[in-house]
Amino acid sequence: MLRSRVIPCLLVHNKGLVKTVKFKAPKYVGDPINAVKIFNEKEVDELIVLDIDATINGVEPNYQMIEHLANESRMPLCYGGGVKTPEQAQKIIKLGVEKVALSSEAIYNPKLLIDIANIIGRQSVVVVLDIKKTLFGSYDIYSHNGKKKVKKNLFEFVAELETIGIGELVINSIDNDGVMKGYDLALIKKVREHVSVPLTVLGGAGSADDILNLIDEYKIIGASAGSLFVFKGVYKAVLINYLPEFALQKIRQISKT
Amino acid sequence: MIAIIDYGSGNIQAIKNIYKKLKIECKFVSEPEQLNDVDKIILPGVGAFDEAMTQLNESGLREILDLMVLEQKTPVLGVCVGMQIMAISSDEGKLDGLGWFDAQVKLFDENIINHKPKLPHMGWNEIQPKSEHSILTSIDFEKGYYFLHSYYFECHDEKDILATTHYGDIFHCAVNKGNIFGFQFHPEKSHSNGINLFKNFAEL
Repeated sequence: MLRSRVIPCLLVHNKGLVKTVKFKAPKYVGDPINAVKIFNEKEVDELIVLDIDATINGVEPNYQMIEHLANESRMPLCYGGGVKTPEQAQKIIKLGVEKVALSSEAIYNPKLLIDIANIIGRQSVVVVLDIKKTLFGSYDIYSHNGKKKVKKNLFEFVAELETIGIGELVINSIDNDGVMKGYDLALIKKVREHVSVPLTVLGGAGSADDILNLIDEYKIIGASAGSLFVFKGVYKAVLINYLPEFALQKIRQISKT
Repeated sequence: MIAIIDYGSGNIQAIKNIYKKLKIECKFVSEPEQLNDVDKIILPGVGAFDEAMTQLNESGLREILDLMVLEQKTPVLGVCVGMQIMAISSDEGKLDGLGWFDAQVKLFDENIINHKPKLPHMGWNEIQPKSEHSILTSIDFEKGYYFLHSYYFECHDEKDILATTHYGDIFHCAVNKGNIFGFQFHPEKSHSNGINLFKNFAEL
């Protein structure tokens, strides 16, 4: 049966890899190509690479970097950052990337997703939503690296994305980013109720158990993490790593139930 | 010499990298005359059906591919949309496929997928071999392959089915008719299981 996907998420900033905490304080953790090589050896399920500078700086995606990453990657790759047009998405797919992620452009111009899907296929269109919890326990969507609050209701908008037809929805919790104390399970539950497309969650995973608990609950879900796969130990020494074998076996068992 | 057909449809470098690692000769081909010294062909593909067919039709390679595959029986391996275009037609597009298989490409029926997520079929799934073939040597069927698609390949001739996968219902994830092979999954993004498949194809 289909297994849940466990997906390291890498952030690119100033051409290096960084890891943030609550979308702030980017810490340099290494070179993107080197990380991809290590993830190849560990046979990871999939990889997400997000260029967090492109939209903010208003620049084109860095095609040269994307090509290097795609050439090196022996696992499926999802790229996001600065994509605004079907032509850009097509160019990225042609470089050998499986999926193209959009965030701000998808939020402010959702019809664009239809045009992109017509060219690269709906299965390769990914929308990433950065979410922050309000004081009252509801959720707001943010764009531009958590700096711009979006005037849209999260659940209405994900239902709209479902109608438009996308390949995957990535829900990224700003509050839990880099905190490593578990996913926002209440948020995930509500989003899952509103969409049937593949859902991947990001923000908060701090242990193999956080991931296993999530997968046990949902059976088929994308479990993504940044800090967990780039840091080791309480002092957060940089060490590119992946789930231990026992956890991967457990995920296979869950898929058979 | 293995030719990776470069008709503008994705992922060709990933395949070339695998053959480089295996120390097996291969090259990108975008012009008919580059096929002179070629004894095996890989037809990659990412994207939508009509987009892939349009690019192949405009590449100037269509005729020689038909000749090599259908007349000269050159082994050919289609991946993902590169497999789907070997069918007669697809629910996803209006254009005719290559028609190398008596098969049609259909949209998964969401009503029979009794879980979320429904579509696309995305991620790692097991495969079950339906017939013995050396191309499946040293493959871990349980570990399986990475899939990313909403349309599936349906053979009309049962003899063409090489392996199946379950998603909602059983579908044909690997097909073979003589010298022609098609894989719905992405061996170029499926680690050791994918590398073994490309190696087996090269050794046919």
